[in-house]
Amino acid sequence: MYRITQKVELNPTVTKLVIEAPLIAQKAQPGQFIIVRPFEDSERIPLTVAGYDRQTGTVDIIFQIVGGTTMELNSLKAGDCVHDFVGPLGRPTETDGLKKVCVVGGGVGCAIALPVARKLHEQGCVVHSVIGFRSKDLLILEDEFDACSDELRVMTDDGSYGTKGVVTAALEELINAGNQYDEVITIGPLIMMKFVVKTCQKYGIKSVVSMNPIMIDGTGMCGGCRLTVGGKTKFACVDGPDFDGDLVDFDEAMARGAMYRPFEAHAREEACNLLHMEVK
Amino acid sequence: MAFNMDPKKCPMPTQDPSVRNKNFSEVALGYTAEMAVNEAKRCIHCKNKPCVEGCPVGIKIPDFIAQVAEGNFEAAYQIISQDSSLPAVCGRVCPQESQCEGRCTRGIKNEPVGIGRLERFVADWHRENVHTDPAVPAPNGHKVAVIGAGPAGLTAAGDLAKIGYKVTVYEALHVAGGVLMYGIPEFRLPKAIVQQEIDGLKAMGVDFECNMVIGKVLTIDELMGQYGYEAVFIGSGAGLPRFMGIPGESLKGVYSANEFLTRSNLMKAYLPNSKTPIYVGKKVAVVGGGNVAMDAARSALRLGAEQVYIVYRRGMEELPARKEEIEHAEEEGIIFKTLTNPVEIHGDENGFVKAITCIQMELGEPDASGRRRPIEVPGSEFTLEMDTVIMSLGTSPNPLLRATTPGLETNRHGCIVTGGDDGDTSREGVYAGGDAVTGAATVIKAMGAGKAAAKAIDQYIKTKAKG
Repeated sequence: MYRITQKVELNPTVTKLVIEAPLIAQKAQPGQFIIVRPFEDSERIPLTVAGYDRQTGTVDIIFQIVGGTTMELNSLKAGDCVHDFVGPLGRPTETDGLKKVCVVGGGVGCAIALPVARKLHEQGCVVHSVIGFRSKDLLILEDEFDACSDELRVMTDDGSYGTKGVVTAALEELINAGNQYDEVITIGPLIMMKFVVKTCQKYGIKSVVSMNPIMIDGTGMCGGCRLTVGGKTKFACVDGPDFDGDLVDFDEAMARGAMYRPFEAHAREEACNLLHMEVK
Repeated sequence: MAFNMDPKKCPMPTQDPSVRNKNFSEVALGYTAEMAVNEAKRCIHCKNKPCVEGCPVGIKIPDFIAQVAEGNFEAAYQIISQDSSLPAVCGRVCPQESQCEGRCTRGIKNEPVGIGRLERFVADWHRENVHTDPAVPAPNGHKVAVIGAGPAGLTAAGDLAKIGYKVTVYEALHVAGGVLMYGIPEFRLPKAIVQQEIDGLKAMGVDFECNMVIGKVLTIDELMGQYGYEAVFIGSGAGLPRFMGIPGESLKGVYSANEFLTRSNLMKAYLPNSKTPIYVGKKVAVVGGGNVAMDAARSALRLGAEQVYIVYRRGMEELPARKEEIEHAEEEGIIFKTLTNPVEIHGDENGFVKAITCIQMELGEPDASGRRRPIEVPGSEFTLEMDTVIMSLGTSPNPLLRATTPGLETNRHGCIVTGGDDGDTSREGVYAGGDAVTGAATVIKAMGAGKAAAKAIDQYIKTKAKG
């Protein structure tokens, strides 16, 4: 059992939990993930490490409430425990030798992008960040990004905050302003990452994407998270989750991600009834 | 005592095939005491005891059977326990026809003695009737870490604990048991039995640390350094699934057998209220012919599939699965398409599997493994409608430990290289056994390896302590 030391609601659907896991906190690196099971009968779900404190022995996870298990997770309070917490899994994001990078985050993906931006900033890399949200009330981590970015662009789809538009518009503007990036690191919904990769390809810039396929064990024993990368089958949990954006088959990844959609909708309703929450 | 000269084994009561193919309860119901005594009397106590040589852990088979014949079931259990830590498991899942029973003298002319069934009876009888905790041995002051809580690790842990070692088992998943929990289905091996065997080890003082992925959260160097373990046993298995590399393998509805079985067994997706989903169509093809393929096929049937095919590139004779499971699968209505190999999987407009194209095979000359090599028959392609495809082509060891343990020698298949049968690796104090060394094999072979390594670890630590 792993105790929740702190719970912060970052916006109406996104929550941060700080979890006591000293061994994982010792080893975790930006880009890695953990597998969590809120209760004894829960599913195993992957969540990226959103932060860690080696001194206090805690690991942060930030998640969006999208279905049954994230609802279960959100039903827990500070002082409660999650039943299982496994990690750090996957390979850390490679940051060696990078001098100037643009980090592009979308929605809850910004929580995963933040530790990467921080690490780059700490190693003296020039960091430009573009973070995008559907609207102002879904905005998260603006101050945190501001603190580790040499330049920050905030985008909203409806223009309710920052600049109206998608992240690729801001990225293109930065590139056109003469910024030469060693690479663009992007984390967010698959469709967003696909278009960030396309934008980078247009300018001949290397892109790195953090993939988020369906996972079960997260240790390489089932292949549920397999992706086609450069024509080869890769397991995101052990070979990734970061991959060269140019090589990833996004259409296939998007199709596979939707495999259990009918079941998930059902689970979400069940969880709502269980928790006596109103669905609007 | 009168021998029972019946040429056939006493049959094992089983659930009716048309009932059991819709439930996950155990298929084989086990002997009654009367059946067990009767079957035990079929053993003629031959002088050279070939059955013992056929058992990878060397259980004193005629000795325990003699006790069963006399109705001394607890005495029989104690004899088995000297050599096996998991008799209730092995009596159920060992391929006895190629091990103990394959060598039985009575099997030369008639059916061999039902050794597996008797072992199972004795273990079940003990579990149901004897409720005393095992004696906790006096600690000898030495610490050993075991990586992986599958059959190899559990056996090594049990044997070391029995002689006073403080053993900690590190397991990556959220429960101990390895393939016994995630791989072998409930209808073949009830999970309550696995849990009770693990509880027995806990009662002997073995510690289990679940959710610990060694190589990620801790390395072997850390276990042997700051954590103070004097030796490490690696029993991390071979869990990395293989795919065929044919077109269409990433369509929705294509599973590795490991994923399908992990969802069903470990995550209990077969239960109606499970939080973990599983997708099973009406027509399911399981590609492969081993025990894992049989388990996946029989699970799919129980999860509601109407037609389940085993697609195997060699013939019925070459199926590597345990004979009893093949028979059970046939009785339950699994369709065997042998001498058949998939070449492509086709999807519908939503990206779900809708059909597979296969090619007919014929058997050529024996290959390096001694089995006749399957050869494609040109122009024999045909297409079957299918909703789900489960790939059960074997597994290889996970690369995690070899990538994070400097100096740990592995071969080109990713298997850990050991010096001999006792499991010593290229790293001092590090031993390995089971599928991590051999690639995917059997539960009992993993147990045999765990046993041999425990003995070697004991010798290693005692020799070192003497200086």
